[in-house]
Amino acid sequence: MITDAAGLGRARATAFVLPALVLIAVFLVFPALWTIYLGLTDYRLTGLQAANPQVVGLDNYTSALGDPRFLSSLWLTVAYVGGSAVIGQAGLGFALAWVLRTRRGTVRRLVEGVVLLSWILPSTVVGFLWFALLDRDGGTLNALLGTPGFAWLLDHPLLSIIVFNTWRGTAFSMMLYSAALENVPPSHLETARLAGANVFQQLRDVVFPLIRRHVLTNLLLISLWTFNDFTPFVLTGGGPEGRSEILPIYVYNIALRGGELGLGAAVSFLILLINLVFALAYLRLLRGRRRQEATAAAGGPPA
Amino acid sequence: MRPVLIGAALLLALAACGTGQPSSPGSVTLTIAANSISGGKNSESADWIRTWVIPEFERSHQNVKVLFQPSGVEDEQYKTKLSLDLKSKTGADVIDVDGIWVGEFAQAGYIKPLAEVGGPTVDGWEGWSQIPQAVQGLGIFDGKKYGLPQGTDGRVLFYNRTLFKKAGLPEPWQPASWQEIIDAGTKLKAAGVPVPIQINAGTAMGEATTMQGALPLLTGAGSEIYTTGKWTGASQAMKDVLGFYQQIYSKGLGDPKLQQEAKGRDKSFAQFAEGKIAILAESDYFWRSVIEPKAGVAPMAERDAVVGYAKIPAKQPGGGIRGQDFVSMSGGAVRVLNPFSKNPKLAWELLAFMHSAAATKSQLAGQVRISARDDVNAEVLTADPMLKYIAEEVLPITAYRPPLGVYPQVSVALQEATAAVVSGASPEEAAVAYQTKLERLVGGAANIAG
Repeated sequence: MITDAAGLGRARATAFVLPALVLIAVFLVFPALWTIYLGLTDYRLTGLQAANPQVVGLDNYTSALGDPRFLSSLWLTVAYVGGSAVIGQAGLGFALAWVLRTRRGTVRRLVEGVVLLSWILPSTVVGFLWFALLDRDGGTLNALLGTPGFAWLLDHPLLSIIVFNTWRGTAFSMMLYSAALENVPPSHLETARLAGANVFQQLRDVVFPLIRRHVLTNLLLISLWTFNDFTPFVLTGGGPEGRSEILPIYVYNIALRGGELGLGAAVSFLILLINLVFALAYLRLLRGRRRQEATAAAGGPPA
Repeated sequence: MRPVLIGAALLLALAACGTGQPSSPGSVTLTIAANSISGGKNSESADWIRTWVIPEFERSHQNVKVLFQPSGVEDEQYKTKLSLDLKSKTGADVIDVDGIWVGEFAQAGYIKPLAEVGGPTVDGWEGWSQIPQAVQGLGIFDGKKYGLPQGTDGRVLFYNRTLFKKAGLPEPWQPASWQEIIDAGTKLKAAGVPVPIQINAGTAMGEATTMQGALPLLTGAGSEIYTTGKWTGASQAMKDVLGFYQQIYSKGLGDPKLQQEAKGRDKSFAQFAEGKIAILAESDYFWRSVIEPKAGVAPMAERDAVVGYAKIPAKQPGGGIRGQDFVSMSGGAVRVLNPFSKNPKLAWELLAFMHSAAATKSQLAGQVRISARDDVNAEVLTADPMLKYIAEEVLPITAYRPPLGVYPQVSVALQEATAAVVSGASPEEAAVAYQTKLERLVGGAANIAG
């Protein structure tokens, strides 16, 4: 087996990857290590501890894990990711891709255009548009529904940001699934239809087995993005009373508004760990699937 | 397509860099930063810097270019930006800060005493003799002068005379106790006023909750937040304050949602201007900068005829600090020098120039306020009866916040206590939670009284 397919030799190969490794070290590894260090100190944005931070060991971690605000923030984040990414974006994105797959022309282009537009607009612009939509006094939604004074962002903060993020990010899932559905041979679907399969059975037995890897990749990407999403800050600022304070906003509020940089760094590191767990779980699922396919292809009976 | 875009982005980036560079070789650039912006927050102060300070200073200092770096955001956001600027040893040369941030900025090494940065000319400045000791205190930490005060303010209750007439309430109105405020609110509500009383609460309003709500009430209950080395914990006075909040917000005399909204304070201003809020506790800033008929952010054309003002009463007559019948709180902004300035001596010249009698007078021409300088106040304050009232009736009974680094964190704990009461907790629960947070902040129960 040839290990040096390009014929570069060890030295030149190293020279090729070195710039990339240096970039990763400077912008990824070093900040991550620095975060771990800061998380062990009582570093603050202002005051005495800003000039002379002291190492306080695991105090930040114990106080974060014991802080009801952190735990509720964690649950809010799980609900936010589950509601807006897994159910909202992936579900709606697939539904749109499925409905539009056989359509051509104006309708498809119009729908795709609108969905894409919500994805490519800058976050702050979108945030203020939605603020104007959901505002209690003079908001567009209240004017449309005839419910003046209904405080969407105060009475249903989590639901508001879930709907917002679903609207915002569906485009990615829709495009990814559209591309995936192109790979499903129409003959398979036709055969299934002839055999009397209804839509649900077609999806379960024909489509999903074929696009499973796309689904997992999509879920991995959007749940990681959503987990680290800061845009809802523009809508609610984490309020009222922390009822939409998902983890990225929690970190911002304690580290920059409250000035507790050490605690903020500790929580950031916890978020990093949670992200790693997420990513590993998805990657395991993906790899398990690939291995199954490989064994099926190699050891399966001749067709 | 793509190379064109990248080229355009590069051009933009280069142009953006260009504005920060000296305009010609040998010339010096100084920058002023303030949380004010033309057409928005503290508009008149931004206009004054742009149209008076910069041209006048540049005229007397050839080869010096002065730039203004405006902001128009919440004070907490502005403070975060400044801390990050100073932490990375950059930022403007002359910086506008709230007097209460001086302590924590100094402790962090973000600012240095004026004499250390600006040199020996600082102590000989002519203006010191014109600034009263109490006002100088706004820029002093640990006995050292860190900033030049711009002026001071006082808190009162503003009320809408038209709504008061509608509710059959007396005019002029001066409540003598908290109960009389509640009584007026009840009558106003019966007369159909949507929001009778606005006393700031909650964390969204930040320091405005502490300064306009919790602290004036606490002094009215006879207690200061910090005296003789101890912080006030879950004392009876604190429970009285939270009980007053409960009376307002659980009986529909105030709007609890307004306290939670991200832009609640701005909305409360707009609602007062629209005649939806009848009584609102604010500093004279509200009078001169918010409902000011021309330049205000929520202008009221008929301000002088419609809006009345009254001193904030103690819980009951004689129940305030020092046995007072009425109370207030004062603060004020200061300007500091950036210790990392490349031209510290010149920056001091600019700072001193901005606080000269001529500059102060020109600023007050745009907006009358209580400046730091006695010589200027004597000349201009007669022009506005409201500010004369603050200077003569309110400043003698006022109190200041403790100039300690930990104060802003205590302030947040107070805001959280009011937030809890507004969203339905009992005053006792909120006071106990406040005490727990306070112990963590100030290093144990030994530093807490009551």
